[in-house]
Amino acid sequence: MDAIILQILNGLDKGSAYALIALGLTLIFGTLGVVNFAHGALFMIGAFCAVTLNKILNLSFETVDPSRTDFLGNPMVVKTPYVEGWFGPEVGASIIDWSVPLSILFCIPIMLAVGFIMERGLIKHFYRRPHADQILVTFGLAIVLQELIKHYFGANQIATPAPDVFRGSFDFGAMLGMDPNVIIYPYWRLVYFAFAALVIGGVFAFLQFTTFGMVVRAGMADRETVGLLGINIDKRFTIMFALAAVVAGMAGVMYAPINSPNYHMGMDFLVLSFVVVVVGGMGSLPGAVLAGFLLGILESFASMNEIKSLIPGIDQIIIYLAAIFILLARPRGLMGRKGVMED
Amino acid sequence: MSKHLTRRGLIKTGVIGGAGLAVPTIFTGAANAFTNEPAGGTVTLGFNVPQSGPYADEGADELRAYQLAVEHLNGEGDGGMLNTFSSKALEGNGILGKKVEYVTGDTQTKSDAARASAKSMIEKDGAVMITGGSSSGVAVAVQGLCQEAGVIFMAGLTHSNDTTGKDKKANGFRHFFNAYMSGAALAPVLAAQYGTDRKAYHLTADYTWGWTQEESIKAATEALGWETVNTVRTPLAATDFSSYITPILQTDADVLILNHYGGNMVNSLTNAVQFGLRDKMVNGKQFEIVVPLYSRLMARGAGENVKGIFGSTNWHWSLQDEGSKAFVKSFGTKYGFPPSQAAHTCYVQTLLYADAVQRAGSFNPCAVGEALVGGDSSIEGIDSPANKGYLFDGLGNGQVLYRAADHQCFKDVLVVKGKDNPTSEFDLLEVVEQTPVQQVWYEPDNPMFAGGNLGSCNAGA
Repeated sequence: MDAIILQILNGLDKGSAYALIALGLTLIFGTLGVVNFAHGALFMIGAFCAVTLNKILNLSFETVDPSRTDFLGNPMVVKTPYVEGWFGPEVGASIIDWSVPLSILFCIPIMLAVGFIMERGLIKHFYRRPHADQILVTFGLAIVLQELIKHYFGANQIATPAPDVFRGSFDFGAMLGMDPNVIIYPYWRLVYFAFAALVIGGVFAFLQFTTFGMVVRAGMADRETVGLLGINIDKRFTIMFALAAVVAGMAGVMYAPINSPNYHMGMDFLVLSFVVVVVGGMGSLPGAVLAGFLLGILESFASMNEIKSLIPGIDQIIIYLAAIFILLARPRGLMGRKGVMED
Repeated sequence: MSKHLTRRGLIKTGVIGGAGLAVPTIFTGAANAFTNEPAGGTVTLGFNVPQSGPYADEGADELRAYQLAVEHLNGEGDGGMLNTFSSKALEGNGILGKKVEYVTGDTQTKSDAARASAKSMIEKDGAVMITGGSSSGVAVAVQGLCQEAGVIFMAGLTHSNDTTGKDKKANGFRHFFNAYMSGAALAPVLAAQYGTDRKAYHLTADYTWGWTQEESIKAATEALGWETVNTVRTPLAATDFSSYITPILQTDADVLILNHYGGNMVNSLTNAVQFGLRDKMVNGKQFEIVVPLYSRLMARGAGENVKGIFGSTNWHWSLQDEGSKAFVKSFGTKYGFPPSQAAHTCYVQTLLYADAVQRAGSFNPCAVGEALVGGDSSIEGIDSPANKGYLFDGLGNGQVLYRAADHQCFKDVLVVKGKDNPTSEFDLLEVVEQTPVQQVWYEPDNPMFAGGNLGSCNAGA
């Protein structure tokens, strides 16, 4: 029982990352009709916003401490971050400690700009080209972006810890009157889940309850008619692209403390996120979210030892296996509707 | 013009020309006594390191070490370990009087790409020796290629037992230690620190290195009384290990052994710490985590989480012997930071190769191989017919035996621990114990290394 609860929690946690990325992918596919293989790179750039802000806050002035020596026997150069110099050691240290949550604010303008430049500068020219062309150009763009990141940040992972107060785990078992230390879950992962729920809720509310969202939804359903009504739908779609970039970027920022970012973390998520989109139903936002959580939970259960001992290697293929069965039963995906995204 | 160029003629010329181009130079070098016999005043070495992909930073450090070694061999710079090396055959005027030049290839940490780049360096650039790499899969693949091509392979960072076990080759040589040695060195320290009544749970990367690492540390800890609760294989491509870590909470295991390297290690260790494993008490004991093979370069990615965690390493820059000090000084002065263990093993392998050529008086791979592991010297305190090979000192690990039986180096192994109070960004690990070579010795027919055959050396041509 404990094991099942824990794996459900794991699944919800993995699922939130899948859902956040798949949500952005579906937004772009639904609005612009572009299959964006560079979406994983946006997630990665988000995580590197957290790395960058952490580096900026750690910019230091150097003082020489003659009482200590470095590895070559020269006097040790001691680095003190400027923020600690300006605000005092305690305030400075806690600003650095909170760099990941602060990065959320830092990433929003950056991701808006990246999204805007990407759409206006490159992807716009591929709207009327076949999907194969779009896949090639966005995949190429993803490789360029990750090589750029590798050039500046190196290939190794960079530790980007969460604030101290979120270290450690929450004991669900003890709260429910069970044995302590059995059902525990890391605080930051719970924060990630809550954050994902908030963002997903926010996007849905934005599309559902604002005029802008209504126009976008109308455009998704019938682009031509909306255009005939005199609405500049392209401009709104560009904004949606930038918004999807921000969603992916924020997902990346919050993910940085879970697994230290490196340049190919986007690719690791990308393929899975496409499976999520297809399983959820092309163009269906609720479908993407549902499929994200569903596949996340399935993946977690498949890595349980009891199941692995029955079917070795099941943890590596479960997502694709599930996708096959779901698509056989429902060729349009879980929540795909007839006529949507079909020629 | 078109009158002379007939269709038939064109096809004929094309076929002959194509066939000529298609024949690898390996088979056309019949005039030479061996593959890529250096002509003129220079000799070319091939440095095959990961320059792209997830191990690129480690590859970059290997390349720095190679460039430093070439400088020292050619008599430039401060000479580094040439001054401390027990063999004095090298004179700082290249190898056999030939100036050392080099070409580089990118392994991408993929066996296919590594073989292709090694092949190109041998066939197109005339490399007489190939060295480098940061993965056992790559080492085994390139070693096989060098055996066929008739050049020497001086392995870089490769830790699987198989490299000098079931996949050993006469043309291949390894200075780096292996999974068996890690287990043998680490287990007694773990028993002393955590007691002999422990229950271990293994997470293992699902490929050649992970399997041999798991087998080795499991055998070594079980011999000291530990019980193995479970061994779980994780996909190499896994990034989030939470669903492999939560089942540990349900068992009565009190030690987690992470047979992971690189990105796998950084993530699984970070995840394990996030799930509070290190704060957990099981069976009245503090829960512990062990990382059998440390890479300082990559451990940085795990940040604070490495503090207090035991593992093993081939070499560390804080060692205070003369060889290590000389190497750290040359490397640190040139590049501004201390070298990694990958850099060290690559530097040493280059010097050892050059020294063997110098002593053999020839670049012929069979003569060089003979010199690399030849001789009747042996390590004191080990009574075994296999205790025979080339003994050297002054390259940073104390006395080292290049064993003739399987072309594996035998030397002391460092047991290290994540440092609690690092004084700099390089100061991540502290050496806890230098396990003497006698304790990590094994016979060539040890079951973990069985099944392979060195074969005979191939000089190509």
